[in-house]
Amino acid sequence: MKILKKLLSSDYGMLGVLVALCVFFSLITYENQQPVGQDAADRLLGQIQYQFEEPGLVIIAGKNSEEGRVFVSQLDEHLTEGGWKVEAAIAGTPIDLGKALREADDKKLSVALLACEQSFADLPLVANLKKSIPGLSQIKVVSPESYGWPNFLKSSNLLNVANQIAVIAIIAIGMTLVIITAGIDLSVGSLIAFSAVICCWVVREWMGGPDATVLGMIWGCMLAIGACGVLGAFSGSMIAYFGVPSFVASLGMMMVASGLAYMISGGLSIYQIPDSFDWLGRGDSFLGIPNAVVLMILLYLAAHFLMSRTTAGRYVYAVGGNAEAARLSGVPVKKVLLWVYACSGVLAGLGGVVMASQFRSGDPKYGLMYELYVIAAVVVGGTSLSGGRGKVFGTLIGAFIIAVIQNGMNLTGVQSYTQKVVLGLVLLAAVLLDMLKKRGWRLSS
Amino acid sequence: MEPFLTLRSIEKLFPGVHALKSVDFELSPGECVALLGENGAGKSTLIKILGGAQSPDSGRIELDGEEVVFNHPTDSLDAGIAIIYQEFNLVPGLSAGENMFLGIEPNNYGWVRRRDEIAKAHEILNRIGSRIDPNTRCDELTVAEKQMVEIAKALVRKARILIMDEPSAALTNKEVERLYELVDDLKAQGLGIVYVSHRLEEVERLADRAVVLRDGARVGELLRDEMKRNRIIELMVGRAMDSEFPTDDRKVGDIRLRARNLKKGNKVKGISLEVRAGEILALTGLVGAGRTETVRLLFGADVRDGGIVELDGKELDIQSPRDAINAGICLLTEDRKEQGLVLGLSVKENFGLPNLGALSTNGLIDRNEELNRFDHYVESISIKISEPDQLAEKLSGGNQQKVVLAKWLEKNAEILIFDEPTRGIDVGAKFEIYQWMNRLAKQGKGIIMISSELPEVLGMSDRIMVLKEGEFMGEVTNGPDITQEKLMAMAIGIVDDKESENENS
Repeated sequence: MKILKKLLSSDYGMLGVLVALCVFFSLITYENQQPVGQDAADRLLGQIQYQFEEPGLVIIAGKNSEEGRVFVSQLDEHLTEGGWKVEAAIAGTPIDLGKALREADDKKLSVALLACEQSFADLPLVANLKKSIPGLSQIKVVSPESYGWPNFLKSSNLLNVANQIAVIAIIAIGMTLVIITAGIDLSVGSLIAFSAVICCWVVREWMGGPDATVLGMIWGCMLAIGACGVLGAFSGSMIAYFGVPSFVASLGMMMVASGLAYMISGGLSIYQIPDSFDWLGRGDSFLGIPNAVVLMILLYLAAHFLMSRTTAGRYVYAVGGNAEAARLSGVPVKKVLLWVYACSGVLAGLGGVVMASQFRSGDPKYGLMYELYVIAAVVVGGTSLSGGRGKVFGTLIGAFIIAVIQNGMNLTGVQSYTQKVVLGLVLLAAVLLDMLKKRGWRLSS
Repeated sequence: MEPFLTLRSIEKLFPGVHALKSVDFELSPGECVALLGENGAGKSTLIKILGGAQSPDSGRIELDGEEVVFNHPTDSLDAGIAIIYQEFNLVPGLSAGENMFLGIEPNNYGWVRRRDEIAKAHEILNRIGSRIDPNTRCDELTVAEKQMVEIAKALVRKARILIMDEPSAALTNKEVERLYELVDDLKAQGLGIVYVSHRLEEVERLADRAVVLRDGARVGELLRDEMKRNRIIELMVGRAMDSEFPTDDRKVGDIRLRARNLKKGNKVKGISLEVRAGEILALTGLVGAGRTETVRLLFGADVRDGGIVELDGKELDIQSPRDAINAGICLLTEDRKEQGLVLGLSVKENFGLPNLGALSTNGLIDRNEELNRFDHYVESISIKISEPDQLAEKLSGGNQQKVVLAKWLEKNAEILIFDEPTRGIDVGAKFEIYQWMNRLAKQGKGIIMISSELPEVLGMSDRIMVLKEGEFMGEVTNGPDITQEKLMAMAIGIVDDKESENENS
């Protein structure tokens, strides 16, 4: 119990919760996995090396799918390197395999090995080879063995989780700053739509639509992000210089930005943009990690650096902790506030661009309710709504907790309505935890 | 008389601090015991233990000879122990009577018997000689009246033991006098009173006995006839002190800061002042005299309606504290918790806050340099901290003040404005702050000190300026002929014309 308290009390206490969730979903999504493609080829090669000392004649068979072709070509290449003579390498249907086997029988070849995907090994023809083609009864059939592995922990699923949360996590950086200054920014959801629409609209109207160059697309993104920055700075100035409560100022901006997005797009989705526009949202140019996730990680590193090492970061904490004391210590409180909301706007704009890239279009209906998920991520991450305390990496953890819960429930077939209930309860639990932490683990103050 | 409250070898450990070391304490009916000690000596912890807000690690609390255990503030309240904190626990929107009976309203099945409530409230307020109408809303009461309501609230709950934490701190002199009478009166009614105070003169006036704590241990007990200021200070500080104020021989030089005709609404009505190098100028006056408001204009904390500020003959354009700080004017605010420090940041970060410009390159903080500079001051000003990353809120008042001082020293302030520099600070730290003020003056800096403590004004300053309701009342050069009475007369508005003319010419 004591250790638990200590863990939860630390700045990144929610990390433990995240790990626990991952373990939980790993356990309940544990299933037999059939390896495919490269993975299958690698495993099968291992099996073959283990079972056969002498290379001989081999027939390779896989489905005529992307993964099947990878499987076949990889096996072909490596077995040949290992001294095997590849009689036939088939990426096709069971009929193709049957043909190849009969041909081998006709030629009276002594084929030692049939290396195929599991579905081929299960064919009656192959399973009862002795009866169907008695001439080939000496042949050994190997297929990649199945193994137990959680669906949740498949790398494709994990990357999916990261990619799904990227937009929310990127915007949550700005929200963390805002909440550390004891404010709130409700406009980020609308700014996503605004940014996506502006970006696609600029590309369609001025950069040549579907024929736009890379530079043209970059221009579209920059203008969209810049416009969001200006709107963020506008609400920031209302808050900093006119003393409008942040809730109200950003509520106003939420409506303004949403309205502008509908006006510019005419209420319709803008899709007349180049196909290559999805590079940011769907591409993976670096080690197979989605570009949006790479962008997110880089932004988090930068934000952590900013908040822990720079003057600006220190000022943000000081303004949130005690604005008056900060002012009397010479901190330019108003500038800091203005800057923080502009920052939140810019990041929301960036989130909008990523989303436009993911869907390859800009639609004024994007980002609905996103501000709430963003705020939830920040709060679950341990940032105090009363200001002055919080960590950007905490927010990243918070965002991942939300993503993992959603993903895990999707994998286990929980209804989306139920998911909402669970997420809401998680948010409440996080806030309760924060209160308990502050009070030194006593229920009443 | 037999003591009805006895504490035996109370121990309390906090992480890094041995807050109470085997403390004994006893209180008899009709007795007023002063609980004395520097900040951090363990007084607040002892009070919290009596109030049930904290539990002792070991030791016994006995009431009427039987051991009791307080797990919650209501436990001790039920046992008859009430604490009057400096910050009152009254609901502003409820009336005095409603506050007194909050939670224990006389009722029939949930219907409050209002007439009963008011009658009883009247009776109890009368008993403490107060003429507050129980129907008055609490936010319309003065501080002294709120205190009365708090005491009445304790009596409603049949408190036998009243613990008062610095009850006179926020009261005017007249109100303080009435408080003393009330304490005498309550004693006569058989209540036991624990009186916590920094003001030694009132301890001499009120207490039958004084218990002195130092570093968590009970270091002595003084009976009525032993209570002499020097003796008390000696016990609190642990060393004999010849003087409350350090002496110094510094030379006053040229004018450094000059302000002319400062104006701000009806708070500051055309104040002019000047501070010379090596000089400590005291600003004094009654509460509401406009002293703090005046220096806030100098510092840019408020924007002035009119007036000119010059430093070393050059006019300054001060629009914000940032401008003033960059020009070399620094303010140590009266309220350190609300205005001086960001309590949620570490002491080191607080120290760095105004100095980040010098401690960073291209916005990147040089954390080693920051730590080095801070360590330098931790040593030279002897700030007591457990680590540089300790949160500012965890420090005692004196150490908080030292952190504020350190950050301005690092900023190389030329003009330092101390607003009530020793309020809520223990005797030992007080002396050190005084020494620093002298040292800074000697370095040729200009010092402005606001203080309501006339002995402090007389003990520290070279020149004294008196304000009243935002107006200049007079100015005198400090000397043996200046007395507290004289200053008080000026503050009230009886100005000795000749003298102030002489000083101004």
